[in-house]
Amino acid sequence: MVEWLAGIYGGTDAAWFFSIVTWILAIVAPLLLGVAFAVYADRKIWAAMQLRRGPNVVGPFGLFQSFADGLKLFIKETVVPSGANKGIFILAPMLTFVLALIGWAVIPWDVGAVLADINVGILFIFAISSLGVYGIIMSGWASNSRYAFLGGLRSAAQMVSYEVSMGFVLVTLISYAGSTNLSAIVENQAGGLWQWHFIWFFPMFVIFLISAMAETNRPPFDLPEAEAELVAGYQVEYSSMAFALFWLGEYGNILLMCALTSVLFFGGWYAPISALDFIPGPLWMIGKICFFFFIFAWVKATVPRYRYDQLMRLGWKVFLPLSLAAVVFYTGWGMAFGYIGN
Amino acid sequence: MSLTALAFYLFASITVLSGFMVISSRNPVHSVLFLILAFFNAAALFLLLGAEFLAMILLIVYVGAVAVLFLFVVMMLDINYVELREGFLQYLPVGTLVGLILLVELLMVVGAWQLTPAIDATPALTADPDLTNTAALGSVLYTRYLYVFQASGLVLLVAMIGAIVLTLRSRSGVKRQDISAQNRRNSKDTIEIKKVNVGEGI
Repeated sequence: MVEWLAGIYGGTDAAWFFSIVTWILAIVAPLLLGVAFAVYADRKIWAAMQLRRGPNVVGPFGLFQSFADGLKLFIKETVVPSGANKGIFILAPMLTFVLALIGWAVIPWDVGAVLADINVGILFIFAISSLGVYGIIMSGWASNSRYAFLGGLRSAAQMVSYEVSMGFVLVTLISYAGSTNLSAIVENQAGGLWQWHFIWFFPMFVIFLISAMAETNRPPFDLPEAEAELVAGYQVEYSSMAFALFWLGEYGNILLMCALTSVLFFGGWYAPISALDFIPGPLWMIGKICFFFFIFAWVKATVPRYRYDQLMRLGWKVFLPLSLAAVVFYTGWGMAFGYIGN
Repeated sequence: MSLTALAFYLFASITVLSGFMVISSRNPVHSVLFLILAFFNAAALFLLLGAEFLAMILLIVYVGAVAVLFLFVVMMLDINYVELREGFLQYLPVGTLVGLILLVELLMVVGAWQLTPAIDATPALTADPDLTNTAALGSVLYTRYLYVFQASGLVLLVAMIGAIVLTLRSRSGVKRQDISAQNRRNSKDTIEIKKVNVGEGI
């Protein structure tokens, strides 16, 4: 993808650079637009489930609600608390936002249509998502507020806990695909719905989806910002664009997790049946991301929030042993029947 | 200067600089954050060397897990900066002594440093050029160095069990949620329905 455009630009070093920049823009600009509509879709879905109308004033069907909110945040005053640690306070939302964006570099959209086709793609995303905790813990500490600090600490413990079982899920998929390249994992699911990983790795799929919700601090695991006890957790002191960056980063992360779930378990760019192959791969990816986003919103609207000790119990006492046992079972099965290592 | 060299000097200088800031910054939380920056740039240096697996593992293990816990602990410390500065002169002689000993030892090691002939005699493993970094590491780690690898895993397991044993204490009088007990409850043995006649009470 990068090579093709660099060829058009002339093939020099500068052409490569501009080709990469073009593709970054081509991914990030629709992504940010997608985030705006994801927020809108989220609110509409909850509204529908609670028999409300949701945003319906700004633009047709309220479609421009997110842009109005963005503008409102943009023209608000940025307040930095006098007791805050200023550098870290400002750095934290930026970090969250940047980390939410760079994970998209390795998501494959079609055969060869990937910005950075690195052979440790899945580890890259895992590393990026594990860095996401810093934005929250730094903002929690730098705000110099008890609510924010408690939110930051909760989030740190939560993300570290759920990363472990997520890692075991990834280990299983890596061992079956024989590669840590995301495109290779999608290729492993070629051949229609019956080859998709979620059928063969259904327990892993469930663990991954729930861990993804915990990792992105979505309800029922949104304890870092539990409004009933912590006001808004780590973002309580933030206003204006800093708050907007947190918001964008959070939704960017959620969409990234949706994209990752479709790549790992739902066949990425592949159509479920070969009759639908005429629809291009990127459209399938977008459709699957929307599907998983709907599931995220659905869960948020239906499930009550976990208590903190229940959350820790689920992570360490349920998911960790289950995923560990599943790794042993699946790799053993694969070795015994020749699915792994050929 | 090529782009790779430029990137190397950038990452290397940030690594050294943030390493320096770790020991020189006043606020311990800033120290830990600089340590994280140093880890991050070290991972970038690994990437430049073509060791992408090591780079990612460094990020996942050290930055994503170890440093988070580190930051966690440091943030919870209640540090009085005035007291910290007052103690500076008091600890200066001891600190200087330790620093000097370390410096002398480092100089001695670097000054007299040479490879033992045994290492020279053992040829380095040649990696299969067709394999990716990850596959090449795995193929050596799980075959040739299997026992060493498993033994290091056992060492970590012992350390883990030790940490659990040290911190485990069973307190009495704590109300814990027993989810299986909750699930085993049913309406038959928890609810008793009584027919109360008017004007009689139970």
